[in-house]
Amino acid sequence: MKSGSTLEKVLASGKPAVTAELGPPMSADPHEVVHKAKLLKGFCDAANITDCQTAVVRISSIAAAAIAFQNGLEPVMQMTCRDRNRIAMQADLLGAAALGLKNCLCLAGDHQKFSAAGKLKGHPGAKNVYDLDTCQLVGMLKKMRDESKQEGGDPLEVAPKFFIGASWTPMGDPIDFRPINLMKKVNAGADFIQTQGIYDMSLFRKQMEKIRNMGLHEKTAILAGIIVPKSAMMLKYMDSSVAGVSVPKEMIDRMNKAKSAAGEDKKKMRELQEQEGIKITIELIHQALETPGVKGVHIQAIEWESAIEGIVKAAGLYPRPEV
Amino acid sequence: MIVGSQKPIDEIWNMVKDKDKKKVLVFGCNTCVAICHAGGEKEAETIASLLRMKASQEGKQMEVSHMGVMRHCEPEYFDNVIEDVKKYDMVVSTACGVGVNFLSDRTGTVPVVPGINTSFYGAVEAPGVFKELCAGCGDCILHLTGGICPIARCAKTLMNGPCGGTNKGKCEVSNEIDCAWYLIVERMTKLGQLDKLGTVLPPRNWATSRDGGPRRISLEHIREFEEKEEAKAGK
Repeated sequence: MKSGSTLEKVLASGKPAVTAELGPPMSADPHEVVHKAKLLKGFCDAANITDCQTAVVRISSIAAAAIAFQNGLEPVMQMTCRDRNRIAMQADLLGAAALGLKNCLCLAGDHQKFSAAGKLKGHPGAKNVYDLDTCQLVGMLKKMRDESKQEGGDPLEVAPKFFIGASWTPMGDPIDFRPINLMKKVNAGADFIQTQGIYDMSLFRKQMEKIRNMGLHEKTAILAGIIVPKSAMMLKYMDSSVAGVSVPKEMIDRMNKAKSAAGEDKKKMRELQEQEGIKITIELIHQALETPGVKGVHIQAIEWESAIEGIVKAAGLYPRPEV
Repeated sequence: MIVGSQKPIDEIWNMVKDKDKKKVLVFGCNTCVAICHAGGEKEAETIASLLRMKASQEGKQMEVSHMGVMRHCEPEYFDNVIEDVKKYDMVVSTACGVGVNFLSDRTGTVPVVPGINTSFYGAVEAPGVFKELCAGCGDCILHLTGGICPIARCAKTLMNGPCGGTNKGKCEVSNEIDCAWYLIVERMTKLGQLDKLGTVLPPRNWATSRDGGPRRISLEHIREFEEKEEAKAGK
């Protein structure tokens, strides 16, 4: 075992792994983290604790991960390259390990301009760091864990034992390069991969075929990303505006059909679409897990953590294995 | 070349409107910043006349002249005029930041203020369009990236490939910005060198960039020659 995390043990057992996501609040209130942790506990093997996603200031991933951990939920702390140089990153990694955290997902991070999207003022004028990029961060974690060395070469008496993750956008542009992109992260030391949300399963399967031909599925554990759709509007937005995500037209039509079945009743419109979204999610989970080389699913119910229990149960992934 | 753009006239006026400043020189540089229509002698002339208008509008006594030299970054180009420059109460330099610094070191008690915002190292993409292409980071890797710089042209200075934000060849920051890594992959494919991009580039040493403090390059052979010449001349 590299880290001894539950996620690592489940993957080692050969059973499909389930991860979920927990977004920390934009305030110093820990209760929301505790509340969300309770909703997710028992229904996933570990939950990603986002690191100021969309560059919006929130409780830090490490602090929220520690709170989740104290409340019985295994966290996957996230670390972006946007906000810290290698000194701060390593200091935080040592601190996170000392707090008992065992999984770390390495990310480039959304550009700071996203922080000012919608109604938020954000910090679009912030300076970004990118001392390291994702591959280099993965490599640094591996060096710290396996060689007990800091990036600069100084020894670590006690090494941080992380199960190292990275993200992958299988259908991102330029699509032919995406397998090479994954190979680089795996070669750098990624033990597990969580993908960008997948709706176009047939395109994903084509990319997975390339991954299998490269043998990458044997070197890392790929968890297919599923973002729970809430509405036809959300699917349309994901299709048109989210990088690396394409949504088949039939899926949008299907959601529209659910919406129109409600007539003029707004509340019903929402309920029917949510129900359909959950059905779609369950189908996607099954299709993802049937794809050779996929070792699990990463289910993101964004600001809808309460949906996870029902989804995981209905997908036949409950109870989670005892490892 | 160094690309800049003119500061708003009100901002320049706020720098020069001090009542003690009776004689102001707008000093242009006729190389890079002239090409980008920001700070050549012609633009210096325009700024000078705008400042005269401002002065007259606000009832201030001020004499504003303009001048230009080929380069603000080499002493030989302004050796001939530096004594004249020192006769002014203030100089608005429309050279790049290099020129403002360099001139400021040589004007004694005369303050030098910037008339332009120095923006980047770039090229003329089309008439009137200038594009950043180099970050001057001190450790060039263009041989590994098909001649397209990810340090200058990727919003995240990524070294190992595109992030997840590439959308139809554009950067997540704006659909007006090309994704540098999209271009790199395209170019390396065309060059038959895509396999080169499979190697993980290690963390870089940013000490060669501005993180190592102000940089200086000293060419010993030139220094030795110059010192000999100076000794010969009995300086």
